[in-house]
Amino acid sequence: MMKSRYSIRRSFYRSFATALLFAALSISIFAQQKGNDVKPVIVQPGAPGQPSKILPANTTAVLPPISQKDVEFMQGMIMHHAQAVEMSALIDSRTENKELRSLGARIGHTQAEEIAFMKRWLESRGQTTSMTGMSNMNMPGHDHHMTMMPGMLTAKQMEALRNSKDGEFDRLFLEGMIQHHIGALVMVRELFDTSGAGQDAELFSFATDVDSGQRAEIRIMQTMLGKDPK
Amino acid sequence: MQKIQSFTFRLTALAVFSLSILTFSASAQNFEKAPPLPKGMTGSDTNDPRAKLSPGLYDAGEISLGIKHISLLKKPAAFQLGTDDADSDKVKQMLGSIGIGDMTKIPKPDRLVLAQLSFANSDLAFQGNRLFMGNFYGMSIYDIADPANAKLLTSIVCPGGQGDVSVYKNLLFMSVEMPNGRLDCGTQGFAPPPPPPAGQENNPPLPAADKDRFRGVRIFDISDISNPKQVGAVQTCRGSHTHTLLVDPNDKKNVYIYVSGTSFVRQNEELEGCSDGMPDKNPDTALFRIDVIKVPVAAPQDSKIVSRPRIFTDEKTGAIAGLTDGGSHGDDGILKRPNPTDQCHDITVYPEIGLAAGACAGNGILLDIKDPADPKRIDAVNDPNYAYWHSASFSNDGKKVVFTDEWGGGLGARCRANDPNVWGANAVFNLSDNKLKFQNYYKLPAAQGDSENCVAHNGSLIPVPGRDIKVQAWYQGGISLMDFTDPMKPVEIAYFDRGPIDPNVLLLGGFWSAYWYNGAIYASEIARGLDIFELTPTEFLTQNEIDAARSVRTPELNVQMQQMIKYPKSLTIAKAYLDQLERSKALSAEELANLRQTIRDAENSKLKKKDAGKLKKLAPSIEQKAKTASGADAARMSAVAEILRKPAL
Repeated sequence: MMKSRYSIRRSFYRSFATALLFAALSISIFAQQKGNDVKPVIVQPGAPGQPSKILPANTTAVLPPISQKDVEFMQGMIMHHAQAVEMSALIDSRTENKELRSLGARIGHTQAEEIAFMKRWLESRGQTTSMTGMSNMNMPGHDHHMTMMPGMLTAKQMEALRNSKDGEFDRLFLEGMIQHHIGALVMVRELFDTSGAGQDAELFSFATDVDSGQRAEIRIMQTMLGKDPK
Repeated sequence: MQKIQSFTFRLTALAVFSLSILTFSASAQNFEKAPPLPKGMTGSDTNDPRAKLSPGLYDAGEISLGIKHISLLKKPAAFQLGTDDADSDKVKQMLGSIGIGDMTKIPKPDRLVLAQLSFANSDLAFQGNRLFMGNFYGMSIYDIADPANAKLLTSIVCPGGQGDVSVYKNLLFMSVEMPNGRLDCGTQGFAPPPPPPAGQENNPPLPAADKDRFRGVRIFDISDISNPKQVGAVQTCRGSHTHTLLVDPNDKKNVYIYVSGTSFVRQNEELEGCSDGMPDKNPDTALFRIDVIKVPVAAPQDSKIVSRPRIFTDEKTGAIAGLTDGGSHGDDGILKRPNPTDQCHDITVYPEIGLAAGACAGNGILLDIKDPADPKRIDAVNDPNYAYWHSASFSNDGKKVVFTDEWGGGLGARCRANDPNVWGANAVFNLSDNKLKFQNYYKLPAAQGDSENCVAHNGSLIPVPGRDIKVQAWYQGGISLMDFTDPMKPVEIAYFDRGPIDPNVLLLGGFWSAYWYNGAIYASEIARGLDIFELTPTEFLTQNEIDAARSVRTPELNVQMQQMIKYPKSLTIAKAYLDQLERSKALSAEELANLRQTIRDAENSKLKKKDAGKLKKLAPSIEQKAKTASGADAARMSAVAEILRKPAL
């Protein structure tokens, strides 16, 4: 009785050991196969503490929505930037201030490039590049170019800038461009304050770059106005 | 396997074919006339062979010097629209989902790539045989045990911005900054509300605060690499554009994360304690600070913000906006207070020297980080040619800092003949007594086209002893190796470049990051995938120098946390130094021949006592020469002498 029980137990152990060995072997074979011919997995994690989901191998990417505010931001900023380019073009014949000439050249250069980028963004989404919506409404004779975006110089301010030279021009240019740049910051803020806006990656990066780039330029212009010792 | 390969090949061929048709049939885009080169400045070189490479997504012309391309792993399908057919229903559906009804208005090539940045590859981190590549849509994890045969292991789907990535043991960190980021990694974003009622169009509502939104740093547990789990998520007011892992040499239980937020501040209703504005009006403003997250390694779910250092504060006056404070001006009342530096874009920490270099919008700054939760600014610089301070790297000895200027944010063509070579460039500074001093600029010398986004971007040091070498990504400008051993004369010593994705349309692409990791260069290509390269010898970099770099190994690499490279005292390293002493003509041909022969004998005999003894005998004379040699050569000679006294293979 005792013996038989022992032998049963022993055979149980033996078969258990065999099963273990088999399991270990198959795991190692499986692992090896996995190493040699990996099938990548697509995982979508859950919120913290939640399990992850395995997505099917044929999963492809989707995009978040774009909003009307995104389109209006780009159209408005093209107009806004156009004035900075216009202002910078005045520098050549009005001042010899080396520092200002270099800064103005960079602003004009940068904003001209950005206008091209914004047009591309709009065109690739089947949108018009100017804010023509307004002029199509029942407003005969309404000149939509007169629409002002935040910070844009008034016709009077532009006139004064055009008619100035040297030191006076330098001051008006810097003050005007600071005002102009601050307007761009307001536009970015309004964009992100709008629900559902700014989720497109290119628009988000562009708007964020405009914000940080123009903040930095404002700082440089403040320094040039002598108001900003580091 | 064979079958799969041939199927993949056919698919690829089809993709390339249909793409080339698309490109061919696309009407040439009229680029806005490029602005002229400002007077007195120099642009990029149009005679460089890189200036005129043929275009293509997967079949663009390629050229290189001292770099060999060994593989390209195309971007996984999970991070693409999954079609190359611009007329397909899939594209139509995708365009419809973002509000575009009539797709015939859109040029065909544009239809496929309008989501370029939404699925762009971004920064890289490394651990053992694994490479982690961030993406605006999530992350990809690769097995790089054999760089020539790297494999994709896992794609993590989790959108929300550029997905800056770091890794520490079983924890993976990821930056989220965009408003479409969701706590649950959902891809749907947040739907725009219905249009405002008539008469209120000009009074847009504030964004609906949403508890499901996530902007900050995610923490994943990657113990099971095929099933990463989100274990923590630390919300921040501005989200996380980049982040920097900081391992405190004195604290093994916790790691720290410096969060750089460059985006807008969200509402208090969405995340309590968040508010915007200038510090004189709102001393609690979420601007003008970085956030420091403390991560208990054993309990990452308990990670939280432990400090919000005001690193721009003026030490003397206590003003939070201390790096400028221009004050209000303008008598007409239109001008408001200036907007000084209120953010860092990226911070590189160097724990072993207790310093960090911050690239902070309008300034480059230096921080003392000996207390990780309380970094203190100790120096700041600015530069009239710099548009946006983007990133920083220290030289290995901590005596130099290279900053980069991401003029144009990486979205524009900025390396053309009409783009000045001091804009969008690197700036090399000397660092001594905690003071930064400008030395010179370095910009990719080769002119790029109108359809290639290009500006200075991310790079890492290559561990060549005796020299300061940085490999760096320049988007579609390719990859460039800069030697800045002499900070006054940084020079290019190797490069790789591809033609534009498209000749007529600027389609976002190129290299986001290019880093050296344990013997190879890995580069994240925004549109194409993961590129892997090896270095090959040239007159500017010898095989011995490459071998020396390859002999340096690290178990983990997060480039924005610099680890001091410690060179082994091996003959491999000594041979690299000798090549440099030959290049600088600091040793005669006879001396070099003798040294090299003795080293060769010692290597052949596996350092038998007799040969080791011969090496030792050569040490005193070279040490003697070091006394009269110039700085860099003197250090090289001393290092050689030290190895000769106690050589290892």
